[in-house]
Amino acid sequence: MVMEITQILLNAQSIEALARQQAENTLAQFQEQNLTSFLLSLAGELANEEKPVESRKLAGLVLKNALDAKEQHRKYELVQKWVALDVGSKNQIKTFLLQSLSSTVHDARSTASQVIAKVAGIELPQKQWPELIGSLLGNIHQLPPHVKQATLETLGYLCEEVSPDAVEQDQVNKILTAVVQGMNANEPSNEVRLAATHALFNALGFAQANFNNDMERDYIMRVVCEATLSSDVKIRQAAFECLVAISSTYYEKLSHYIKDIFSITAKAVKEDEEPVALQAVEFWSSICDEEIDILEEYGGDFTGDSEIPCFYFIKQALPALVPMLLETLLKQEEDQDQDEGAWNIAMAGGTCLGLVARTVGDDIVPLVMPFIEENITKPDWRQREAATYAFGSILEGPSPDKLTAIVNVALNFMLTALTKDPNSHVKDTTAWTLGRIFEFLHGSAVETPIITHANCQQIITVLLQAMKDTPNVAEKACGALYFLAQGYEDVGSSSPLTPYFQEIVQALLTATHREDAGEARLRTAAYETLNEVVRCSTDETAPLVLQLVPVIMMELHKTLESHNLSPDGKQGELQGLLCGCLQVIIQKLGSAEPTRAVLLQYADQIMQLFLGVFACRSATVHEEAMLGIGALAYATGPDFVKYMNEFYKYLEMGLQNFEEYQVCAVTVGVVGDLCRALEDKILPYCDGIMTQLLKDLSSNQLHRSVKPPIFSCFGDIALAIGENFEKYLMYAMPMLQSAADLSAHTAGADDEILEYTNLLRNGILEAYSGILQGFKNTSKTQLLLPHARHILSFIDSIYQEKDMDDAVMKTAIGVLGDLADTLAASAGSLIQQFPSCRDLLNECLSSDDHSVKQSAEWAKLAISRVVSV
Amino acid sequence: MPTHEIRRAYKRPAISDQQKRRELSLLRQQQNRFDAQSHARRLASTLLSFNQPPSSSSSSSEPHCISEEHDEGDEGDEDVYEEDNDDDQLQNGTQLNQIKDVRQASKLRGQESRRWFARQLMLPEWMIDVPDCLTLDWFVLARPAGKRCFVVSINGTTVSRQRNGSVLHYFPSALPSGARTRENSGSAQSYCILDCIFHEMDQTYYVIDILCWRGYSLYDCNADFRFFWLNSKLSESGACKPPSHYHKYRFSPVPVYNCDQSGLLSAYTEKVPYVKDGLLFYNKHAHYQSGNTPLTLVWKDEKCSQYVIDTDSAGKVPSKQQVVLELQSDGKVTTSDDPPVVFGCLDQEFLLKSGLSPGNLLRFSISDGGLTFVDGKLEKADLQYQDKPNRARAFADSYSKAISI
Repeated sequence: MVMEITQILLNAQSIEALARQQAENTLAQFQEQNLTSFLLSLAGELANEEKPVESRKLAGLVLKNALDAKEQHRKYELVQKWVALDVGSKNQIKTFLLQSLSSTVHDARSTASQVIAKVAGIELPQKQWPELIGSLLGNIHQLPPHVKQATLETLGYLCEEVSPDAVEQDQVNKILTAVVQGMNANEPSNEVRLAATHALFNALGFAQANFNNDMERDYIMRVVCEATLSSDVKIRQAAFECLVAISSTYYEKLSHYIKDIFSITAKAVKEDEEPVALQAVEFWSSICDEEIDILEEYGGDFTGDSEIPCFYFIKQALPALVPMLLETLLKQEEDQDQDEGAWNIAMAGGTCLGLVARTVGDDIVPLVMPFIEENITKPDWRQREAATYAFGSILEGPSPDKLTAIVNVALNFMLTALTKDPNSHVKDTTAWTLGRIFEFLHGSAVETPIITHANCQQIITVLLQAMKDTPNVAEKACGALYFLAQGYEDVGSSSPLTPYFQEIVQALLTATHREDAGEARLRTAAYETLNEVVRCSTDETAPLVLQLVPVIMMELHKTLESHNLSPDGKQGELQGLLCGCLQVIIQKLGSAEPTRAVLLQYADQIMQLFLGVFACRSATVHEEAMLGIGALAYATGPDFVKYMNEFYKYLEMGLQNFEEYQVCAVTVGVVGDLCRALEDKILPYCDGIMTQLLKDLSSNQLHRSVKPPIFSCFGDIALAIGENFEKYLMYAMPMLQSAADLSAHTAGADDEILEYTNLLRNGILEAYSGILQGFKNTSKTQLLLPHARHILSFIDSIYQEKDMDDAVMKTAIGVLGDLADTLAASAGSLIQQFPSCRDLLNECLSSDDHSVKQSAEWAKLAISRVVSV
Repeated sequence: MPTHEIRRAYKRPAISDQQKRRELSLLRQQQNRFDAQSHARRLASTLLSFNQPPSSSSSSSEPHCISEEHDEGDEGDEDVYEEDNDDDQLQNGTQLNQIKDVRQASKLRGQESRRWFARQLMLPEWMIDVPDCLTLDWFVLARPAGKRCFVVSINGTTVSRQRNGSVLHYFPSALPSGARTRENSGSAQSYCILDCIFHEMDQTYYVIDILCWRGYSLYDCNADFRFFWLNSKLSESGACKPPSHYHKYRFSPVPVYNCDQSGLLSAYTEKVPYVKDGLLFYNKHAHYQSGNTPLTLVWKDEKCSQYVIDTDSAGKVPSKQQVVLELQSDGKVTTSDDPPVVFGCLDQEFLLKSGLSPGNLLRFSISDGGLTFVDGKLEKADLQYQDKPNRARAFADSYSKAISI
């Protein structure tokens, strides 16, 4: 059944569009009509040494794409199709693939190794293809190095594809032995050694048992460390990548090796080529990540039973580590601030320094200060920039006590540098450092204020001036202003920024209008800062925020008009920013009665603009406009109904947007806003909305994070339309029930799954709560009776699991109250059948969380009416 | 294959503003959902309390009359309250706690409504020492002598209630929604809540705080803003005008000063149209919260108050200073603070003989031993049981009041 497809594959790579198109169609048809023959033909092509390399390579890629896809749903389909093939054909394909590994053509081997890993990814978890690993390991002892190299590459891909529990420990041991041997210094071929090093990177996740064994671990570590000294730069880089991976996977096993690793990394940072040096710095950044996590988790007090102890590697290495990192700061590239994609040793070193500061806190300050003092006034810009960057990097971590005095001295210097330094790079870093000062040392939580009545004016003058500098400097100045405003977010009714409000807003708007505002994110930063300034404004400046409404509306209006003329990406981005800004203003003004009334005078026009924006295709813009509409609906209340006919189609579009799931999620949230704003006036739209929500829930394509809010949204709808929810019960209830069954038990789930499960539980319970409250005092409460037992047993099981968070607890106890309240006596006898209900109630009544307690008191009241306590 | 480049955010904030916008929207939606649910549940709680048999004396709808005597006519009711057992009180308390909204509460009747309103006033502590930053962070005003009241104007009526929750007056007023006139009826949403002192001599409500204005809640606004709002809105409404047919009593703001030297001097010595009863201090940043708070303070001395020393029911100064404390179930007697401060403990025998029950308020006189302090904490109090205080009293004294005696 092997077909001759060489020519088609070659045509598919033709430079002629027509031929290419035809060939692609032919391949797609072939796949559609006879999958078995299609796959066999591709594998045969790949294995055939007489065929041209181009067609062999493409055959391999097409084969790979017939087994796997990025999109989960499609991937599942492809896997099912492979599983359904007859065993004979599958065996023949596998034989072709393994055979290809010995090919003298590099591309054929390399493609084959990827395809083998894909097949293994499907079959090994099913305990099929048991002989694969054995036959691969057999290859290792073959002489030609290229076969050995391809085999090691295959093992690496395989480890990436398959989860560790699908492979038996003795096979893992053999794989690791083969890989580590391949990495060994006495391996003559660099190609083999590199492939082995890459393979080890992927295989580290399999090596749990081996890392627990001192001898095996010593051996692996020795080989990795030796590989960092290889004469081949690629091997050195790959070896450091292994060390980085080890630092996060096996942090607690590192104490024996950390001194040696320090010497190796220090040498690499100082002398080696940049790709290697970057990985060496990354090793320490990664150690910082680990220690920050551990210290955060345990809040600094360790006992013998802490799961992972903190070894304080960073603290111990500090006296040597800090000078090493400071050295890198002087190796800046000339234009790195203009280049969005830049990443070099100076940037990596500074980033690591910042992480070190967060890890050790105060201890870093005396080690960095001399460097700053020595360099900050030097004539060479590199020294001034490095000193400033070092200063900015250590502002997060050390205590305000330690930093305040220094910052008070430095602040004036920084303000002068931002105005007068001749070098743009220095100004950029200075503005960034000012932003860090305001982010970490300014705000209501900080005891001694850095910004006082005396220097506030000067700071603002300097920042506004810097907004006229080059785009990258102006962008950092906006960022600094952002944090300056944020520090006053809970200042009360009178903000020190009030006298400058008008001037600040004007400067930000001017920045957005600069011709070069598209560079260095300047326009985005200016609008985002405007948002924060508005969010943190007080009643004093409410009239000025009101004046901003027509200004932003006009800007948005302009983009809608010009959009028709030149539809390009930049326009969409600007629309997104403007919608975001309007949304922030609406939310601000809508939250207080006096300003809400004035805002609503613009409601018609704002709504028209938002609707206009939906004509634009960009997902970000839709999301921003949706968020804006939600805020507007909340501010408008029942009157929002007049916009519904026009808005509805976009609402439905949003709910159908599976691919850009953020849009879908935001739209679901807006449905909730609409329910609360319109109450029963939303009824005419509910058929459409519910249909769409139910479709969303049944879809495999929709990102799972959208599902919990959809359930909550059921509750919002039911609460709004009351007994009219009746017709949706027969669809909604079974969905809720099966989701509840799935989320009741979490045995063995990791933190991430547990967190998601709790979100799901919360959504389900919010749905029940809304439905129960919605039906209360109607003649149709008996429709809910058949579901009461299930709801109770759901609450019972999640209570028994003992892993719900406070949010779930609050919702669960509320549902219990709602159940008693709505179903009255009928619920009473049922509740008594679940003794855990009382335990839950008592637990909630004594909760430290105020809102849990509040819900519990409600539940107690409602339950006491139907159950004799 | 490993990724060859591990990049980290460089000179970028950890979270984008767009993400922040998303999260703030979510937060608002969550809060709104919770509010909507609580609203549904709160309505339920009110209905539940309606379903309970109404007490006989207050079941009839209240006429629009001045009814200072009204309380006294409710004696039977008070007795029911006294005899309530512990559980029932807890139960009822829970129920009343659900009612956060004056619109609901104003539908309550009889003792329930009194007990709800008795919890709503912010009660100052006695000034024992001078707070830090007094000059910067505090306001001062000369407290008018008279009855502290919680005044609500809603649905065309104005009701004033005293500290214990009992009604002082039902009357029409020029406050928004305060009378049934065309220009003033408004919707149920435009109700007002004021914290006042009723000054007998000129029959005026002196407004010392504002909690709601035209349905706009000021509970979560700081004192600074509340006073600003009070001064701008009250006169606008016409409530400060002399009494008329649809405006039974005059309202008046009270001059508020900063706590600098001249402000203090003004509050202390300046002539005002009312009899002074001490000075009230408000922390500018504090929100309105019901119950005792150290963020409002009261100071009294001979110069600024004629009531510096407690009088007994006949208006005579008792020979010994007195303190009212609440009896707990374990026999301890405590102040009204949260947490309560224990002043002493009654022995079981005495309890049995006296027939007192937990929750009762008891009046003690402070004997020669006085109060003894160790390290600033009350160590010992030489108390002598006197009697039960006036029934209209809803609270024990606070710690700060007891020790400033």
